[in-house]
Formats: sequence, C-alpha cells, structure tokens
Amino acid sequence: MAETFAFYLFSGLAILASALVIGQRNPMYSVLLLVASFGAMAGLFIQLDAPFVAVALMIVYAGAIMVLFLFVVMLLNAPQEDALQYDRTHPFRHPVLMRFGALLAAILVVQLAYALLRAPDLRVPVAGRADASVVGSVAELGRVLFDRHVFAFEATSILILVAMVGAVVLARRESGPQ
Amino acid sequence: MTRMTLTFAIELLIIFITFFMLINASAVLVLAERKIMGFMQQRYGPYLVGPHGLLQPLADILKLLMKEELRPKGADKWLFTLAPILSVTAAFAAFSTVPWGAETTLFGLLDRPVKLGVTDVNVGILVIFAITSMGVYGIVLAGWSSNSKYSLFGGLRASAQMISYELSYATSLAAVIVLAGTLSVREVVDSQAGTWFGFIQHWWIFLQPVGFIVYAIAGVAETNRAPFDFPEAEQELVAGYNTEYSSVRFALFPQAEYINMATMSAVATDLYLGGWHGLLPFYTPIDPLIEQYGLGWLVFLAKVGGFLFFYIWMRWTLPRYRYDQLMHFGWKFLLPLSVINLLLTAAGVLYFNG
Repeated sequence: MAETFAFYLFSGLAILASALVIGQRNPMYSVLLLVASFGAMAGLFIQLDAPFVAVALMIVYAGAIMVLFLFVVMLLNAPQEDALQYDRTHPFRHPVLMRFGALLAAILVVQLAYALLRAPDLRVPVAGRADASVVGSVAELGRVLFDRHVFAFEATSILILVAMVGAVVLARRESGPQ
Repeated sequence: MTRMTLTFAIELLIIFITFFMLINASAVLVLAERKIMGFMQQRYGPYLVGPHGLLQPLADILKLLMKEELRPKGADKWLFTLAPILSVTAAFAAFSTVPWGAETTLFGLLDRPVKLGVTDVNVGILVIFAITSMGVYGIVLAGWSSNSKYSLFGGLRASAQMISYELSYATSLAAVIVLAGTLSVREVVDSQAGTWFGFIQHWWIFLQPVGFIVYAIAGVAETNRAPFDFPEAEQELVAGYNTEYSSVRFALFPQAEYINMATMSAVATDLYLGGWHGLLPFYTPIDPLIEQYGLGWLVFLAKVGGFLFFYIWMRWTLPRYRYDQLMHFGWKFLLPLSVINLLLTAAGVLYFNG
C-alpha cells in the first residue's frame, strides 16, 4: 500500500516536473525543475532496490545540471526578454514542420510501448527473480560493466574525452603571434 | 510497553538526538569560533551574556529572529525564499548516513541492537557525497535570485569552487573505499577496529596520509571556509552570496555552513580516524574499556571536536587565497595528487590481497 502510494507520488512528481521543464518561460526554473525530476526518478530507483543507481543519478545528472545552471546564468542573462517575439518568429513555427514534429513524437511513443511490451524481463519484479540479491549490488554492477560491457564502457569514455578536448579547443581564445 | 516498541522508540529518539545535536552544533560552533578567535587575538571574545559569555548564541539567535525580513525589489520571489531552505535542508540531510556510535542494546534492555546514527545505507558514502553536492544549489540560487552584482559573483564563485574541489574530495574518498572494500560508512568504521603490531591503531589515516590531507583541504573548500571563503569574501564582495539576506533567512546560511563543517569532520572521523575505535593514535589500556562500556560515541565526539577546532584554528591563522590560485591549486595540484593516490592504493590492494 505504502509502496504503491510512493510509486505514484514519485512518478507523478517526475512527470509533472518534466512537463514543467519545457513549459517554463524562465530557464532558471526549468533547470531547477529538471533537478526535481531527477530527484523523483532517484526515488523510483530506490523503490526498485537499486540505491546505487539512484545515488549515481543524483551525483552525475543532478550534479552536472549545476554546470547547465552556470550556462543559464552567464549566457542567457535576460530570460524574459522578447520571449514571445522569439516564439512567434521562430523558423520551426511552420505548420508543416510542426506536423512533422508531432508525427515523430507519436512514432517515439509507439516504439517505446512496443519495446516495453516485448521485453520479457520487465514482467517479473526484481524481488521475484532468482538473482534478486545480486542485481542491486555495486560489486555485481561493476563486474558486469568492466567485463561484459567493457568495450562499450571504453568507447564511451573515449567519446567523452574527445568531447572534452573539443570543448577546450573551441573555448580557447585565439592566441596572438607569440 | 513491549521490548519491540521500546526498541522502535529508541531508534526514533536517536534520530531526534542527531537532529538536535546538529542544530546545537551550529550554536556551539559560533560561540567556539568567537572565543577561540578572541584567544588567538589576545582578547576575551564575547563575555557579557551569561557566565564567560556562554549564553551569547542565544542572544544572537534572538537578535536574528527579531530583525525585519527584507527582500530586494528586483529579487526573484520564489527562489530568494527557496535558497536558504535548500541550503540548510541539504546540510541536515547529508548527516543522515553518518553513524556516530557502535551498535548497542543499552546493556541488554532492548531486544535487538540499535545503531547510533540516523540510518545505515549500503551506499552511504555516495549518499553523503550526492547530498553535499546538492548544497551548492542553495548558495548559487541565493546569489542569482538576489539580483545584486556582489551576490551573483559570490554564487558563481561558489559553484566553480565546489565543482572543482568535489573531484579531489570524491577521489580521496574513493581510495578509502578501495581499502575498506565497502561503500557503507558503518562497515568502513568497523574495518578500522583493532591494531597493527599491537600498538598502532588500525586507522586508514596511516595508510592514506595523502588522501587525508587532500580530503581536509577539499573539505575546507567545499564548506566555503577561510582560507577558501571566496563566495563571501568581505573585502571584495561585501558579504558575497548572502549580501541581500536578513533575519531568519540570513541565519540559515551560517547554520548550514556550520552543520556542513560538522558533517565534514564527522565523515573524516569515520573514514580516516577510526570513528569510535580507539581514542589515541596508539593503543592505550582504556580502549578495551571504552568498547566494553559502550562509550565509543564520546570518543567519536572528541575526535569531531578536535577536527572542528582545527577548522577554526585555520580560519584565524591563514590569510585568504587569491581566486585564480585556488583554481590552479585545485586542478593542477590537488586533483592529480588524489588520482595518483587512488591508483597507488588500488595497485597496493591488488598486490597484497589479490
């Protein structure tokens, strides 16, 4: 009973916060609501007996949003200015483009529903599985990550490294003749 | 009352005790800071309220409560109110997985042993880390929502500083996690019971001297204390992120800062200084007596007190850094040092255990 209540509370919060993220005029509020949404999702992960994933979500995503925050403060210092004008004249506000976007969204929803229906693992609750005690353990997660998925792991880290070097190169000021 | 309900009541009581200890920690620390500062500057410090000025925190709190609450006209109404609340909530919540004493049955009174501390999660260290990093939001929001240049600079400095030092902080903690082989704070503490060769305490500080120093320095930067108190550097930014705050809203920021100090010191005690195991760095005949009579929490409090004294001592001894020096120091010295420390620790653990 309490678990069902908590589930609906956290999922409701997550959906509401996520919807408000794109519904906000003020980018500062959007960023904060994104943090709230991640917090609610972390609550869902704790309910699934995966505290490590929940905490990692908070550290990595909610922590990284801090940087997004700084971008908002430093680059978009006039949030309300001409927002309506900007919306009205935006090139994407063409009826054909809008319909195309709606079509893409509909396809995404259908794909997600199809994938969820096809995945057999999702029908059995984690607690009911034979390997329930290992699924949530940090040691097991590490073993799977560095053993079975080591290629994907290394490829991702190289990708992030490249992105980081690229960002530094792009952000660097053009130096003079010296 | 059955023994089961009694145990449950005691567990609730422990949570309340932790909460009130933290609230009082900020009051006591304000007084301690002013008294120690007075001592270091060869004067008395607060002396008028109560014997030797002991009731000064009470007077301070009353004064802050009586003040008028002001909000600048251009400030963001919601975020301006939310910021101090967020700060102090994160500070309290970060202590939730910090244990402060061994398991006890209160001399056989309870049917099962209760753990001294709010809760014991198997990823406790990460929880502390995650919630401490949420504390930055309070300061940055305060700086941004005040709609004042000085506040904004304070907030920006706080965010850059905390993001930079969080890395070294987390990496130095990771080395202890590798040594102890667990993410639960209580298990890390219990892995430090006993002695090496019968006379040196089995504390991780002796295997992690570099990690401990990195942790202590990064901890000072994380809590925005001098010599790293750039977010509120008086000479440069008036009062930094809290310039526009007054009354209770203002009081919450120093409170959050002092609670964060207490959390930092408690985590240092738990992870490096053996928590409630062993009073002095070497074995003394009182150690078994402490374990026997369940007085470990007093030992824990003594160590935390020592660490807090060190914090205050540092504040009134060292001058403030320059901001670019802080960044250079964090990224070019502290971070490489902690990464090397982590790699060496991991190699050592593999060599001796694997």
